[in-house]
Amino acid sequence: MELIIFLITAAVAVAGAVAMLLSLNAIHSAIFLLINFVAISVLYVLLYAPFLFAIQLIVYAGAIMVLFLFVVMLLGAERAEDTRERFVWQRPLGLTLSAILLGLIGYIALRGPAPEARVTNHQFAAPERIAEALFTTYLLPFEITAFLLLAAIVGVVVLHTSGSQAGKRE
Amino acid sequence: MVPTSYYILLSALLFTLGVVGVITRRNALVLFMSVELMLNSANLALVTFAMARQDIAGQIVVFFVIVVAAAEVAVGLALLVAIFRTKHTTDVDEINALRG
Repeated sequence: MELIIFLITAAVAVAGAVAMLLSLNAIHSAIFLLINFVAISVLYVLLYAPFLFAIQLIVYAGAIMVLFLFVVMLLGAERAEDTRERFVWQRPLGLTLSAILLGLIGYIALRGPAPEARVTNHQFAAPERIAEALFTTYLLPFEITAFLLLAAIVGVVVLHTSGSQAGKRE
Repeated sequence: MVPTSYYILLSALLFTLGVVGVITRRNALVLFMSVELMLNSANLALVTFAMARQDIAGQIVVFFVIVVAAAEVAVGLALLVAIFRTKHTTDVDEINALRG
């Protein structure tokens, strides 16, 4: 039963990723990426990670994708790409190198015996356990993320204000 | 019980698709989405190993990766909007000058 759910979800995730790459309209790409994110959040449930399931849905599928869609619509840049290629050999070469990369990663992943799952405690990643680890062992990185987010906010505000001043000067 | 290697192979496949996106697409927005896809596939591998080893550290790392990804998207999209204001394009082949 679990295997069937995994296979369906994995197929949805891969299909979403491929469709994101193939669609020429950036809004369609964003929606297909959203499908991929939701599929991965379902996989998190299968992997006994309920907290990350919620975070994935709220932060990725919610906040980040809304930001993407907002910018795409703000810029009106859905169809920024024309079909003209600057180098003809670029795309086949990229695909070949990517296939080699996939082979390498797959070989390395399957070479050693992967640690087989032996779930002794289904509650090992309950939100309380995560909070306990986050506020004791990993307190310093947690505080640093606060700094990181502050820096990101300041950076975005500075980029925006300097950009609009440059627009006024012109 | 799904074998661990299935998850790792799915993660490898998604990562490669992200790489393909970064290499072949030229719309900067789609490039960003491909980078997000790669981050997600790495997260999937981390959560898989956290489950296989019954260790919570992997999930904590994923939490921090998601925070950094959110900050990265916010700053990256702000940069993109600033570039679009001056260049009026999001095609990465057209953006080839360091001065604005």
